[in-house]
Amino acid sequence: MPPTSLLDLKSTPLTAAHEALGARMVEFGGYAMPVQYPDRVLKEHLWTREHAGLFDVSHMGPAFLRLSRTTGDPDADHAAIAALLEPLISGDIRGLAPGRLRYTLLLGEDGGVLDDLMVGRPREAGLQGVLHLVVNAGTKEADFARIAAAVQGQATLTRADTGGLLALQGPEAAAVVGSLIPQAASMSFMSLARIEAGDQEAWVSRSGYTGEDGFEILSAAFPTQQLWEILLSDPRVRPIGLGARDSLRLEAGLPLYGHDLDESVSPIEANLGFAVSRKRVKAGAMRGAVRIARELAEGPARVRVGLSVVGAPAREGAEIAGADGLIVGRVTSGGFSPSLGRPIAMGFVPPALSQPGTALHVIVRGKPQACEVTELPFVPHRYVRAV
Amino acid sequence: MRFTKDHEWVVLDGDVATIGITAYAAEQLGDVVFVEVPEVGRKLTPGDGLAVVESVKAASDVYSPLAGEVTEANTALTGQPDVVNASPEGEGWFAKLKIADVAAFEALMDRAAYEDYLGTL
Repeated sequence: MPPTSLLDLKSTPLTAAHEALGARMVEFGGYAMPVQYPDRVLKEHLWTREHAGLFDVSHMGPAFLRLSRTTGDPDADHAAIAALLEPLISGDIRGLAPGRLRYTLLLGEDGGVLDDLMVGRPREAGLQGVLHLVVNAGTKEADFARIAAAVQGQATLTRADTGGLLALQGPEAAAVVGSLIPQAASMSFMSLARIEAGDQEAWVSRSGYTGEDGFEILSAAFPTQQLWEILLSDPRVRPIGLGARDSLRLEAGLPLYGHDLDESVSPIEANLGFAVSRKRVKAGAMRGAVRIARELAEGPARVRVGLSVVGAPAREGAEIAGADGLIVGRVTSGGFSPSLGRPIAMGFVPPALSQPGTALHVIVRGKPQACEVTELPFVPHRYVRAV
Repeated sequence: MRFTKDHEWVVLDGDVATIGITAYAAEQLGDVVFVEVPEVGRKLTPGDGLAVVESVKAASDVYSPLAGEVTEANTALTGQPDVVNASPEGEGWFAKLKIADVAAFEALMDRAAYEDYLGTL
């Protein structure tokens, strides 16, 4: 890509900071984003696993969904906003406790995954009837239009992607964030808090996309820039680019939308059944409920698995072959695992070939290489569930 | 040392050409995690695949800039691909080729011409 095209891209509040740090900038989701800093992907990846990595994820799509007419009864208002969002997604939002965050899937009419997203319920009694959403960068325009149209007249969707979103990930993230925001250290994984400082507000969630403990912090442009500088001044923190974000999430077995997930893939095929409300499937109250119910009962035609690869990394698109040489599937994400020092991949295979230990082949540059189905995640998650 | 527009370097010793990728290419690739070098005895014509270099993010083919027969391959890179980053124009060489056409070597860019070329990128 010629460098001039980066000029046509959207920037984040931190674009100049990345350039000043010597980052290599690339296009991602319409934004100019740092793929790596001078440390490069391997070091950045391992730093995040050992210390704390700071990511600019301002290209993502945070938003707030607000009930237009609240009753003042917190439970009723939450139930009302949940009832508006649930028809679009796979998860149970009605049952989400105050201050909790849930990973869920935006579904098409046939149950295919249109996006994966986080939905949070504020803790504050005065903010019931509000949901905090974070969708993917590449899908946010379509998602926001879809959600806004579905709730029209009953709720409003307000984008919050004009400021900044930072992620601090790694085993030292809690100590670092706790020294700045004491209440953050006592949050458990997948919880959400609204923080006020002076006339500024920030939304802090204990969550992330690396398999490590960590936080994501949404605030306006200027506080984001200040927070970036303050966090980077801590010797435990280094800036991490999108290259390492991808290798970290791959090791953690987390799907990437547009690669491991797309509108042809069902939640069950994607091995994301945990994000599907069984109650709503049973009631037929979900897009694609018939397909999802059938796949739950009889098994899907294909399923997402992890693959440990011998030899060259198997990249997205590489064919997967059975022991008889017949093509049985395709790699949807693949690369080198810095933590394990060998190639890993994710892809889709028939359920009969999805058991961990199953020997398969991946076709790389025309040649079959050995691989083995491996339990996900490749590297254990280290989420802090109870504090 | 001679250079190509594909960011390879070639050193000629008698009729044996040693080939690798330049520091610029190694920097652009990022962390090299896998290298496939050619088998000894393989006969290459210009443009044939000489090696495969994989960084964390992507695979890149390295094409032979000269015609010749592979006399030696740097198999040490298989176990230590990061040598390509640490010493691209030294220990990170890929293969040695016995060549017949020294004029084809001489026709490649010298360092000054290669640096001018980098300036245009």
